[in-house]
Amino acid sequence: MKTMSRLLAATMLVAGLAGAAHAKTFVYCSEGSPEGFDPAPYAAGTTFDASSKPVYSRLTEFERGTTNVIPGLAESWDISEDGTVYTFHLRKGVKFHTTEYFTPTRDFNADDVIFSFQRQNDKNDPWYAYAGGTWEYWTGMDMPNLVKSIEKVDDYTVKLTLTAANAPMLANLAMDFASILSKEYADKLAAEGKQPDLNQLPVGTGPFQFVAYEKDAVIRYQAFADYWGGKQKIDDLVFAITPDASVRVQKLKAGECQLMPYPNPADVETLQSDDSIQLMSQAGLNVGYLAYNTMMKPFDDVRVRKALNMAINKKAIIDAVFQGTGQEAKNPIPPTMWSYNDNIQDDPYDPEAAKKLLAEAGVKDLSMKVWAMPVSRPYNPNARRMAELIQADYANVGVKVEIVSYEWAEYLKRSQDKERDGALLMGWTGDNGDPDNFLAVLLGCSGVGGSNRANWCNEEFNNLVTKAAAVSDIAERTKLYEDAQVVFKKEAPWATIAHSTTYVPMSKAVIDYKVDPLGSHRFDGVDLAE
Amino acid sequence: MFGFILRRLGLLIPTFIGVSLVAFFFIRLLPGDPVLLLAGERGISPERYAELMHRFGFDLPLWKQFIYYFTDLLHGDFGTSISTKKPIFTEFFTLFPATLELSICAVIFAVVLGVPAGVIAAVKRNSWFDHTAMATALVGYSMPIFWWALLLIIVFSGMLGWTPVSGRISLLFFFPKVTGFMLIDSLLSGKAGAFQSAVSHLILPTIVLGTIPLAVIARQTRSAMLEVLGEDYIRTAKAKGLSPFRVVAVHALRNALIPVITTIGLQIGVLMAGAILTETIFSWPGIGKWMVDSIFRRDYPAVQGGLVLIALIVMGVNLVVDMLYGLVNPKIRHQR
Repeated sequence: MKTMSRLLAATMLVAGLAGAAHAKTFVYCSEGSPEGFDPAPYAAGTTFDASSKPVYSRLTEFERGTTNVIPGLAESWDISEDGTVYTFHLRKGVKFHTTEYFTPTRDFNADDVIFSFQRQNDKNDPWYAYAGGTWEYWTGMDMPNLVKSIEKVDDYTVKLTLTAANAPMLANLAMDFASILSKEYADKLAAEGKQPDLNQLPVGTGPFQFVAYEKDAVIRYQAFADYWGGKQKIDDLVFAITPDASVRVQKLKAGECQLMPYPNPADVETLQSDDSIQLMSQAGLNVGYLAYNTMMKPFDDVRVRKALNMAINKKAIIDAVFQGTGQEAKNPIPPTMWSYNDNIQDDPYDPEAAKKLLAEAGVKDLSMKVWAMPVSRPYNPNARRMAELIQADYANVGVKVEIVSYEWAEYLKRSQDKERDGALLMGWTGDNGDPDNFLAVLLGCSGVGGSNRANWCNEEFNNLVTKAAAVSDIAERTKLYEDAQVVFKKEAPWATIAHSTTYVPMSKAVIDYKVDPLGSHRFDGVDLAE
Repeated sequence: MFGFILRRLGLLIPTFIGVSLVAFFFIRLLPGDPVLLLAGERGISPERYAELMHRFGFDLPLWKQFIYYFTDLLHGDFGTSISTKKPIFTEFFTLFPATLELSICAVIFAVVLGVPAGVIAAVKRNSWFDHTAMATALVGYSMPIFWWALLLIIVFSGMLGWTPVSGRISLLFFFPKVTGFMLIDSLLSGKAGAFQSAVSHLILPTIVLGTIPLAVIARQTRSAMLEVLGEDYIRTAKAKGLSPFRVVAVHALRNALIPVITTIGLQIGVLMAGAILTETIFSWPGIGKWMVDSIFRRDYPAVQGGLVLIALIVMGVNLVVDMLYGLVNPKIRHQR
């Protein structure tokens, strides 16, 4: 009955808005359902698009359309000499959403920051276990080891003490898991014994406030009039959940929505030629690669890895697998990321040289496995096809390939096995726009047996990326990462294959949408033509 | 009749235990587990893996997990989803009305078109109608649902603009869910145009989901009718001078209906399978899509609970079909 009265009230609200002159409704054909509306327990972009992006704000934010970190709920911050103490000065007068289910009595303050982080960090916090205790990003970004303490200095000052200097920290705090929730709301829910509602009926300080969610069908938001960044130009934001990519295209064409994510590569061409649609694109912040298991023979020999790299015809792969919607990769980080080293020469496609190098390494009649992922990802839309092309390329240099594939969960499990045989297709999409998030996570020594699928632990490389994470000067960090990429190319733990291009088709009426290099979909600052 | 129902109900107990067992082990037979999928490309450390497995109770011996799960089931607790952290029972019955509404429409569509088509084809055996209808039925039966749905969307929504592309109702309408059945809720909302919008959204998914059952029912009706039409009592009826309509509609059809009702009952399973694809394409918020998502996420509690609930419903439907049988054919209810 309560739900009903809430819905009724919301209906009246929306009806009232619709009655008002020129209410602008923006419909987004989203690709899936959010798992919940508290972003911190989850890891899926679909969930973040529906929760953290519209509803919440963070201490720091990513500037729209870039990976630059700008002030958010923290107006400014000081970093201690040694880089281990961050003092955040919080914005004053920031309001939380007033909804049917919660009316805030106070503005945002330090208590909300402490609550939002402590519940993920402290196993004894009463809110630690409320959503299963799966704080995937908090643990994934190594926050439990990085954070020594989070303290309230006064109502508008928070002190974050780290165990060691960590330059990517400001970018980490702009990530979805670091969204700031209302402590007052959480306290109210706890008092009423309705903790799960924190994940179902969100209250934040973001540009849009939550109105209603009809499971697997529609999510409704409305612009928050008191948003600290100013009221949005659109009045209502609606997510029409549409899992099939071809159907999303049809809906966009029929005007049932104004913007859609993830078109099929095959649909891109038709969309380009459609007069009513504008197609924005941006190089995705990702990389698809083939990781040799550098712990196993003969892939422990750099000559073998180099030879196999030279045997791969990447251009053919871009054409066949990405249908042109990607670019060849030479570095482990994408070209849009700062510190990308463009001076690096890629291993040329040269089967003859590859054969010679293999002979030099004393490798004859090599037969190996190439692992193909069973799922489609932006960085690799069709791993099976890619593996077949690589199989043919390797056959040209006398290497016999057996393609293996497992169901996804099993694939992930086996890919972490240090004694895995052969080379593995895998990829990565950046979380926070920091090179550390690629180089240290995917190739650092601590990732061996986990996210470092090549099981490659190179002292020189590891020292460079570890040092780069500890200094805060961008120029100095850039130099260190550039050097690290030189070491990477020389040692060739992977064949770097491709960076995909992200396409976002939208109606011509959409004004000022910016494609997010981090892959999310956010609608703050967007307008619709009358 | 009462004894008949009791016997049928008694049979449900072992079936229920069997289904619970199968649901429990089926999802665990699949490789991988929810924790690994949660971590994805990032990978997970063995310590953290162990911690999460423990938190979900997946580190217990299987028999212990099963006993906990089965005890909960008997108490009416279907578990909590790992992904959404909500009770399975709530999740299921939030989505179930959408699937049921679509399935009922599809069955009505299939029966209303299929039975008359089958009867006419049988009566006018070897006529052009018979050949066309049966050839069409064969095509319909072999139709890949995914392709068929997209084709209809492209033609009727894209090119002609007659029907909406997907969803259950226009986004302009926003009213409380009372029954979960959009046709009823839209009427209750009292908003002009809401019911029409709900109907127009139902047309294409109904056709897509109803196509295979339609084909099956048409063919089944035809062959059942052919068999009955050759019986002595039909000749007698004709000889008595009854009108051809009365012979077909009353004497023949009633007897031919028994296998047809069985077929319709069996189509429930087909509908569930078809619902998965139909719901995905038409963005229909039903349980087919939800089950598949849960399987991909290895959301053990959701898959187990969902399967048991679906099984209970199918068992219920079969019970009703059995009883209908008994009504239509007294011979069956008196069998020991």
